[in-house]
Parts: sequence; structure tokens; C-alpha cells
Amino acid sequence: MAEDSFEPKIIGFLCRWCSYTGADLAGTSRIHYPPNLAAIRVMCSGRVDPTFVVQAFAEGADGVLIAGCHPGDCHYSEGNYKAMRRYPILLKLLEQFGIERERVRLEWVSASEGNKFAEVVTDMTQQLKALGPLNWPARKAAGSQEQRLPLRQVAKGVAAHV
Amino acid sequence: MSNEKPKVAFYWCASCGGCEEAVVDLHEKILDVVAAVDIVLWPVALDFKKHHIEALKPKEIAVAFINGAVRLSEHEEWVKLLREKSGLVVAFGACAHLGGIPGLANYTTRDEILANKYHRAVTVDNPQKLLPQTESKVNGYALELPALWNDVRPLDEVIEVDYYLPGCPPPVDLIVAAVTAILKGELPPKGTVIGPLKSLCESCSLNSTKPEKMAIKEFKRVATSTPDPKTCFLAQGYVCMGPATRSGCGERCIKGNMPCRGCFGPTPEARDQGTKFLSSLASMLEAKTEAEAQAVADTIVDPVGTFYRFSLPKSLLRRRRVKT
Amino acid sequence: MAETVKLVIDGKEVTAESGRTVLEAAREAGIQIPTLCNHESLPPYGACRFCIVEVTVPGKKTRLQASCGMPVVQGMEVKTQSERVRKTRRILAELMLARCPDSSVVRELAAQVGVTKSRFRQLPGLSSTIVGKSGCIMCGMCVRLCDHVMKIGALAFEGRGIRRRTTTPFGQPTDVCLCCGACSSICPTQAIEHMRIRPRAPTRIPSEFELGMAHRKPVYIPFPQAVPRVPVIDRENCINFKTGGCKVCEDNCGARAIDHKQEAQTRELRVGTIVIATGFSLFDAGQMPRYGYGRLKNVVNALEFERLCHASGPTGGKIITKEGKTPGAVAILHCIGSRDENHLKYCSRVCCMYSLKFAHLVKEKTGAEVYNLYIDVRAFGKGYEEFYKRLLGEGVHFIRGKAAEVTDVPENAEERGKLIVVCEDTLLGLTRRLPVDMVILSSGLRPAKGAEKVAQTFALSCAQGDFFLEKHPKLAPVDTASDGIFLAGACQGPKDIPDAVAQGGAAAAGALSLMDRGKFVLEPVTAQIKEELCAGCKLCLANCPYQAITFDAEKKVSVVAKELCKGCGTCVAGCPSGAAQQENFEDRQVFAEIEGVLASTS
Repeated sequence: MAEDSFEPKIIGFLCRWCSYTGADLAGTSRIHYPPNLAAIRVMCSGRVDPTFVVQAFAEGADGVLIAGCHPGDCHYSEGNYKAMRRYPILLKLLEQFGIERERVRLEWVSASEGNKFAEVVTDMTQQLKALGPLNWPARKAAGSQEQRLPLRQVAKGVAAHV
Repeated sequence: MSNEKPKVAFYWCASCGGCEEAVVDLHEKILDVVAAVDIVLWPVALDFKKHHIEALKPKEIAVAFINGAVRLSEHEEWVKLLREKSGLVVAFGACAHLGGIPGLANYTTRDEILANKYHRAVTVDNPQKLLPQTESKVNGYALELPALWNDVRPLDEVIEVDYYLPGCPPPVDLIVAAVTAILKGELPPKGTVIGPLKSLCESCSLNSTKPEKMAIKEFKRVATSTPDPKTCFLAQGYVCMGPATRSGCGERCIKGNMPCRGCFGPTPEARDQGTKFLSSLASMLEAKTEAEAQAVADTIVDPVGTFYRFSLPKSLLRRRRVKT
Repeated sequence: MAETVKLVIDGKEVTAESGRTVLEAAREAGIQIPTLCNHESLPPYGACRFCIVEVTVPGKKTRLQASCGMPVVQGMEVKTQSERVRKTRRILAELMLARCPDSSVVRELAAQVGVTKSRFRQLPGLSSTIVGKSGCIMCGMCVRLCDHVMKIGALAFEGRGIRRRTTTPFGQPTDVCLCCGACSSICPTQAIEHMRIRPRAPTRIPSEFELGMAHRKPVYIPFPQAVPRVPVIDRENCINFKTGGCKVCEDNCGARAIDHKQEAQTRELRVGTIVIATGFSLFDAGQMPRYGYGRLKNVVNALEFERLCHASGPTGGKIITKEGKTPGAVAILHCIGSRDENHLKYCSRVCCMYSLKFAHLVKEKTGAEVYNLYIDVRAFGKGYEEFYKRLLGEGVHFIRGKAAEVTDVPENAEERGKLIVVCEDTLLGLTRRLPVDMVILSSGLRPAKGAEKVAQTFALSCAQGDFFLEKHPKLAPVDTASDGIFLAGACQGPKDIPDAVAQGGAAAAGALSLMDRGKFVLEPVTAQIKEELCAGCKLCLANCPYQAITFDAEKKVSVVAKELCKGCGTCVAGCPSGAAQQENFEDRQVFAEIEGVLASTS
């Protein structure tokens, strides 16, 4: 198990007005934080479709961060409220899929909170390191055969459940 | 070819038989079909065997309509055979298109399924904890059973599919339209889902009762209450997948006072029916704080089962995680 | 063309319009004739007879006539001060005195004609159930006013001869009376006692501008500097809207500018730019009960004190307590509501300076001891610090410590009858009790009432306690996220007059330049809905805070108005069928980004 060398891949959906600028501030302020987050900028956290989150996991991400303006301060008035409403149902859905709730975070980071952004990424990276990689299996191409296990081996696996 | 009528094959994989009945539902039109084509395979109705199909030349079958999801080794063998022997393959019905109801098996594992069926079921008397085997000998004869896969797959993950007929089952008029188009040679681009482009709300009679701005306080379930048949179900708080589901079914469920369950699958631009619908649905919640949003979320009992009822294998995540 | 009539009054040639009475003609010519029962709002009645004059109509005998009811006739001769007239008036005065010996008005009038006592005996009993001691002269003005003008009809004459009197129905106090006060205002002897008509004190209409410290009438000019400076009629209190009567104001308006039939109109104006300048409201100090606002009599808030010092205010600019006395000590409490975790978290910016202003005014007008209880003295502007220094020199006591409590419970004899401000003086390190006569609460500023509705209507974001959010705090302080809508003044945040004026100018300039340009730049990241994919499910509409999406009922699709769309993309995520996409942020573009980023980091 390459536990020590596991570097989680985090996709961050950052809103252009607050959280992306906050992340930028973390950079210009030379605040040190892990390089595990790749930022994808959107205009507003309300633009973040849960499909993006699920696609990110399917493509190999270990964690997803959605960051927007603080409630009440959204540049577009209410977009972050929509993000807030989608979040708990998304979490529930992901948990049913077996994706731990720690892998998706919704955070409010304002343009002046460079420190907070760095803290969030640091904290999330550490948590994901402890959780381990997600390694979501890739979609099999058409025509590929699934490995055919002899049923005796299957029986052993079944016995473990009973 | 001495026979001028085009050859047509029907096959079923992990299926309930409803798609077969849909073909039979053509009623007297079926006589026209039988007159126009030569059915070379239809396990439920005709007695052709595998060797009959193996004997055909490649692409000798004009079109093969395959329904049901793929989850046995036998399914894989057959659909690959049919792909070789057919000019066109049409994924017939929701199971072949998206995975369908059998696709919900992706929420569990093969081991769990077998344990439930053969060991834990209360009506099963199996003290030796036996399981069906792919190969066994009975009275000196070798018996073979297909292997059960862990994952349920939609047809296009196993073979190349030319067209999809959506629906559980596809409605008669769509079937007729598809067959006619194929026979006439007026084919849409490869990979098309044969059906309208818009979602159900376009043709649903209840759409006009929707308020301009919806605000849902909590979700209701048809299991515990009855919807008002004259008002949009979503506006009443029932989860109706209509807005995220392709239309063309004639709103059979809506007319039966049941909210849409999404069997026609997503509209062309939606990559994942479940999360696209979640995104839209959740935007309408009446919740101003995180606590309020959580409270409403708690009233949806089973997001996966509700949003991916027919499309779990086709979804972006495809199946529940199996930790190794 | 009105006919004119020539007549002679007291030897003077007078020209009058035909149809006028002799009294009116005389008054217009500047000749005074005493009256009691005459009023311009009522038709002449001839009850008191004081307006008697000697009249000679050509061809007729000279007679004594009541001038209030006599129309002018061409060539008539009128004598208002002849011996006969004077004698008659004296007898009338004596008769009046006999009837109402206690009325100061009657006594004055009698004195005018040289009568001090009456030879006639007073009639037994009161002549009315509605008057007190002053006496009713039976002029009938109150009855006629209440009945014909106000159309209420709570008063009437009752009985005949010497038993005739003015009274209410059945002689009992009545609910028919609307307490409008018309009768007592018209009564020439000031004799009417309200409580006898209706045992309920009339509810006076509090003046909004005077913050309830003074009263106004149903027709009123809000304040002397109102723009436009025209009166307005308060429909709720105006009698005309209750009974269809009165309209005294309309009758008295020489310019005929009053029309009770006017209805409020809604007008639709198509504009291209809007400046929002809806102002502020004062923090309600009643939310902090420990300061006694609303409970203790001489605790006032800042706006109330402004009215007290103003020359056109309820006290004429005199700083006096509710008991009418000049205060010997005044405490001014800074930061009421502001800089407070439990109320307004922010500093309201203007309160320190207005508190200093109050301190100066109190000192100047009353010489009282002034205590300013502050947390910080925020004297940030031009000349502000110098003003503060000046106050220090004037002997104002500055105590650093927010007041803890204002109480009227004395702990010793000195504190009795005073308001005691309890505070901690942090510079001295002592708790102090300051006995004062008046406490001024320097309350903070909040957005104006109804600001939420304004924000909703114009899709304005709010921040920092619901003040409207500007586009950029430094670079665009008067713009908003919506092009064409500007902010000015306290609605954008607490500020004082110079700053508000500057913002007003900036907003006007912004609006003018936009109108001059004639066009504006659209966001390149607007949303659009593909007609061929849109099912008209309408779920996107609620997602837009700018009301940029409308449902086209004919085509049965939803449409995004590019000019209103700000490009947030929330509707795109909220579309269940993928028919809505955001330019430059389409779903497929974001998916490509996700793929690309994850491929490169694997």
C-alpha cells in the first residue's frame, strides 16, 4: 500500500468573485498549502451542477471542493443559496454510492479569506490522505470482457457475508 | 438471397418480458410486420436455436432488436453473436438503453445477491450452503450455467449499438416509427435515441398548473399519500422525474396518477439523468439556511433509487463502490 | 361678467359685486362690523344680531337690518356707527351678558360697545348640555356646522322659547360624534366642552415629521421645507372621506386647488436609468430597554432631539424637558445600537458628530452640564477634530465608557426626580451615576423601512445589515451589479450629508453618461435556452434573481433576456434537461476541464 506517497487529487469549483479571488489571495500572500487542489473557475457557486462533482469522481478525483461567497454576500444575490440547497441531497446520494461525505465539501470563502482557503485545502488534503484514494473504476469499453471468476471462488466470497 | 424479406431478430437479456409484450401489443399490425419481415430469432415466440444464428453470414440479419440488460456471460455471448450477424442493432427498451430496473443490482454485489437468494431466503432449505455452479456433472452429463457478473451493463457497454428505443417498455407508436424508418432506409444518425428531444413537461397536461416559482418545503411519497390528479405532481411535493426525462411515452404514468419515474432516460444534453434532476430539484427547495436544506433533504428517502431507478448502470458512477 | 353695485357705507362710496351681503361689502371696504354668529364656512343665520346696521334702500324707509344676511342694493345707504345702531348694540350686549355672564368673549364684545353689566336677570339653568360655564349664545353655528358642513349631525337645537338649547341626541353623550373638533373651533364663545358630547378625548393626529411630539390636522404640509411645498390630505383622518361633509379647506382655498375627488394614480414610466436614494431609518432604541426609551419621559432619541432644537419644532427651538423646564444637566449616550454584537455590528458613522453637535447646542442654549458617554470619538472629517477640541474647551464632560443603564430609581436625595445614567468611566476606572434631567440616545442608522422590498424589485444585493450593495467598494461605490441602477446616499451605507451629496452627484453623472452613451456592454457569459430542447417546464424561472427568464406562453418555452442576464449560470445548473447553457461555461466545457485536469495530474 503506497499510503505515504498517496497524494489526493482534489477538484475545486471556485466562484469567480469570492472564492477564486480568495484562492488567488492565498497565492499572492505566499501562504503555504498543499498543491493537491486543481481549481476550475465558474462564475458562481450556483453554476456548480452536481453532475460535475460526480463526473470528477468518475474521472479519478479523490475529493471535490465547492467554494462560494458567504450566504448573503453572493455577487449574484442568491446563487450560493442554490448551491447550499443542492449539497445535502448530493451528499446523501454520494454516501449511497459509497463515497464518504468527507470527500465533498461546500465552503464559503470570501475574496479576503486567503488564509481560510489555504486552511480548507490543507485540512481536506489531510482528511483525504487518511481516507485513502477513491480509485473509482473506469468505465469498461464496449466489448471488453469481465474477468470470469470460477464460481467456487465466488462461493468463498459469499460465505464471508453469511 | 432467395428470400427478399429483410431478416429481423429479437433477443432478450436480463429482462422482464415486457418488451416482448410491447411487440405483441402491435395487435393486428403485427401481421403486417410478419408479412414484411422474416423473423429469424425470437426466443419467447419462435423456436430458433443458437446454431441457426451461427449459421448465418455476417450482417445477414438486417436488424436485431435486443432488450434487457447484460449481466450473464450468456448474454454477452449472444449479443456479440448478434452484433456480428446483424447490420443494425437496436437497443430495445430501458434495460438495454440504460440498464433498467435490473440495473438497480448495481447498488449491491453479486456475492450479496447470491447469499440472499441461496442462503438467507426464508423459503430456501439449503443447510449445505450450496450455490449454482457454472459447470457440474449430473448423472454423468455435464451441465453448464452462465456466469453471473458483478456489474449490470447497458447494451452499448458490451457491443456497438446503432439506435436506442427508449421506454419501459417503448410505446407502440415509437416501435412502429422505428421499424418503418429502418425498413424504408430513412435512418437518423448512428447512436440516436429514437424519440422526441424535449422532456415530459412539454406534452404533460399538468404542466399548465405549475406555479411560475416553485418552492418545495418537503417531499411527499406516493407510498404514504395520494397525489391530486389535476395538479403538477412536482408542485405538490412529489418527486416527478418528468422534467429530466425524455418525452414520447404519452404520459401513461401521469394519466394513471403516478409521477414519472424516468424510464425514457435523460434528454440529449444531460450527461447524467440523476444528478441533473437533483440539481434542478434541489434549487427549488424552500430553505434559507443549511439546517433547513438538510431538513428537506431528509425527506427524500432513497436518492439513488429514486433518481436512478432506470438508469443506474448508465450513470456516471455506474455502481455502488466495492471496497477492496 | 359680475354686476357691480354702488352703495354708500358710513359716507364712503363702495363698489361691490351684486349678490354680496352688506357685511361682506363693508369688510371688503375695510369697515369693521362686529359679529358673533357669522363664519365664512356657514351661510348667514342672523342669530346674534350684533351685525345690525342702519340701512336706507332708495324708496324705502330707513330700518335696522342684520348686515350679515342683507344683499347689497344699488344706491343703498348704510350707517354702521349711528346712534341708533350703537344703542341697539348695547342692549344686545346686555342681553348677551345676562345669558352668558362668564363668557370672556361676550364680556369683551360688551366692553367694546361700552357695556360692563346687565340690567337683565340671568335665565335659570344652562342653555345647553354641551357647554360649560362660559355659556352658549345660541348662535347655532355648531349645529349647522356639524349637520350641514361636516355631515355628521351629532348636535341639534332642542325645545322652544326660553327652553331652547343646543344638545346631543336625548341629551346624552353620543357615539355619533367623530371628535373632529369642528364645533369647538367654530364656537364664538369657546363654550363647548367636548367630553359632554362624547366622553372620549379626541385622538390627535401625531405629526410624523415631529415624531409624534406635536400634532397636525388631516390637511397638512408635512414640514416647512417639503418639496413640493403643498398640503396633502390624509384620507384616513379627513372627515370628508368619512361622512362626505366638511370640505372647509376646499371652500377656503382661493386658488381652488383642492379636489377631494382626486384618486391615487399608478403611472408607468419607461426609463433607462434609476437612482436609488431611499435613505435610512433610525435604530429603534426601544430594543434596548435598559436605556428607558419609551418608558422614561425625558429619554429622547437623536431625531426627536433634532426637532426639539429646531426653531420650527414643537417647542419652538427651546430645549426643555417634558415638564417644560430647562434642563440643568443633559447626558448624550453614543453608540446606541451601533458597534453591538446583539444589534448593529457596524459603526453608524454619523452619530459621534451629531452627538457633538447636540452637546454644543445644549451648552449654547441652556448652559446645562453636558455629559457625552462614548466608546471612541470618531471625528474623521474636515473640521471635525477641531470641533471636538472646541467642545472640550466649552466644558463638555467626555466620559469614555458606553452607558450601562438609565434609571429613575434614586439612591439618595440628590437623585430624586432625576434620570440617572449609570456608566463605567474607563479612564478614571470608576463606576459613576450621573443625575441628569434629559438623556439623548445617539441611535445608529439602519436601512429605510421597506428596503427589502426595494432590493427585491431592483434585484439589489444587500450586505452589512441590509444596506444595498455597491458594485465595488472602492472603484464603483455608486454603481450596482445591474447596469443602469445607481445608489446614492444612506441607502448604500450610513453617511453624513457631504458624502451623500457627493454620491448623489456621482450617481447623476453615472446615469447621465449612460443615457448619453445610449448603449451598454453585455456580459459575454450570459445564459441561453435552446428552443428546440426546452420543454417549458419553467423550473429555471425561480433560479434567476434578476427576473431575466420569462415563459413564452405561445411558444411554450422559457427565454433568457440577454440584457438582464448577469451570467451567474445558476439557471443552467437548475435546468433538468440541459436545454439551458451558459456561454463560455457550457456543461461540455466544464466536463472537458475536469477531464483535462485529472488526466494531467494522474
